[in-house]
Amino acid sequence: MFKIIRYSFFDLVRSRWSIVYFGFYFLLGMALLFLNNDASKAIITMMNVIVVLTPLIGILFGVMYFYNSKEFTELLLAQPLKRSSIFIGQYLGLAISLSLSLILGLGIPFALYGIFASESVTSFILLLTVGTLLGFIFVALAFNIGLANPNKIKGFGMAILLWLFLAVVYDGLFLISLVMFDDYPIDKFSLIASMFNPIDLSRILIILKLDISVLLGYTGALFQHFFGTSFGMISSLGVLLLWCVIPIRLILHQAKNKDF
Amino acid sequence: MIHIESISKSFGKLKVLNQLNLSIDREGIFVILGPNGSGKTTLIKSLLGMVIPDGGDIRIFGEAIIKQWKYREKIDYLPQIANFPANLKVSEMIELIKDLRDVDTREQDLIQLFGLSPYLNKKLGQLSGGTKQKVNLVLTFMFDSQLIILDEPTSGLDPIAMLHLKDLIRKEKARGKTILITTHIMDFVEEMADQIVFLLDGKIYFKGSVKEVLEKTKQADLEHAIAQILKEENV
Repeated sequence: MFKIIRYSFFDLVRSRWSIVYFGFYFLLGMALLFLNNDASKAIITMMNVIVVLTPLIGILFGVMYFYNSKEFTELLLAQPLKRSSIFIGQYLGLAISLSLSLILGLGIPFALYGIFASESVTSFILLLTVGTLLGFIFVALAFNIGLANPNKIKGFGMAILLWLFLAVVYDGLFLISLVMFDDYPIDKFSLIASMFNPIDLSRILIILKLDISVLLGYTGALFQHFFGTSFGMISSLGVLLLWCVIPIRLILHQAKNKDF
Repeated sequence: MIHIESISKSFGKLKVLNQLNLSIDREGIFVILGPNGSGKTTLIKSLLGMVIPDGGDIRIFGEAIIKQWKYREKIDYLPQIANFPANLKVSEMIELIKDLRDVDTREQDLIQLFGLSPYLNKKLGQLSGGTKQKVNLVLTFMFDSQLIILDEPTSGLDPIAMLHLKDLIRKEKARGKTILITTHIMDFVEEMADQIVFLLDGKIYFKGSVKEVLEKTKQADLEHAIAQILKEENV
């Protein structure tokens, strides 16, 4: 498996897209920090970008990579390798290289700015952790879509719809339900509902950390009220990890029974 | 060497392999023929474990192979389409595949044979189709396994590379190997095949030498012989 990770990682790190992705975060980080000159404001802005963009890039690169490497995957399948090593290897190679673009792209400007000496350093590390986790989650979802759909166009369509649903539609539905059932006690419902969306969950996690939950939406306030900061953080981090583990298990299951 | 016992495979409603039996026990060049959709690729992919049969048993070198993976280190396989990671160099690609098995390899001779030395430091994405196919051939033949499976090996090759390939296949045969080939180029079959395995409707319709096919159908060349078989069977 490590051989596959190594080679798909080296293939990807050298691709134009990884460099563009890195450059985007790098420039954005630079611009925000040195124009704004306020690290915690920059982190809030970055959070809004990251919770939407890393899932989009993760899921799009994921399906793109999956379909592009179809023939190469077939070549590997004919080698003395376990199916699980091939797919998990490719998955980790892609997820790690995307995470590296994110971590270096933001890490370099923030390090230059001196984030590691400031008190926002833990918020910044949490931001990177959440971004990385979202990348891992959405690349795993993308591989599942790829494995389930031999048709490329359908796969791409599903990937975009899934992202759209989790990043935009879900919040809308959530909001509508809150307004509609205003008269009922639906706190528990909203708590559970936000668990089912990794993007919402990531947002909550950072909001709890930044202690601005009252300003930024109902779910955040709710979470803080129910859990208190550290318990809320640990449990939402745990659920995010589950969001990684379950799709990876699903990749293994699909890969085991698929015909190529 | 290869023992296939009544394997079946359906994709949805389409029955591709239907209780197929096949035994190959000796060295030589075996060409798998059949009209489009007759199950050639599915048969090969079943041998390699890429397609999992719905039922039946496959043994290679005496070992049941369904849902196994280790046995593949005794098989060299050339896939139909050579499409590699665009940003890896040719030399890195060879290293990668070499890395997957713990056996001696002979890629240097093959690189020389197909004239690939100038391309070793080029990225795979920059190569032409024919050159990619040559890299593909190097990746296949470098392991020196007893069983070689080639899916459309001639596609995209220039005449010189084609000659080299034919020589290579003949040499491997002389060294006592079993070589399984699918192709649509009948000249290639007439020139190279020891045995023809003709697939029709997911079963082995005929197995024998080129001469036997010609005698059976009373035709002068293989192209017409195959056409005759298909006409008789109303395909």
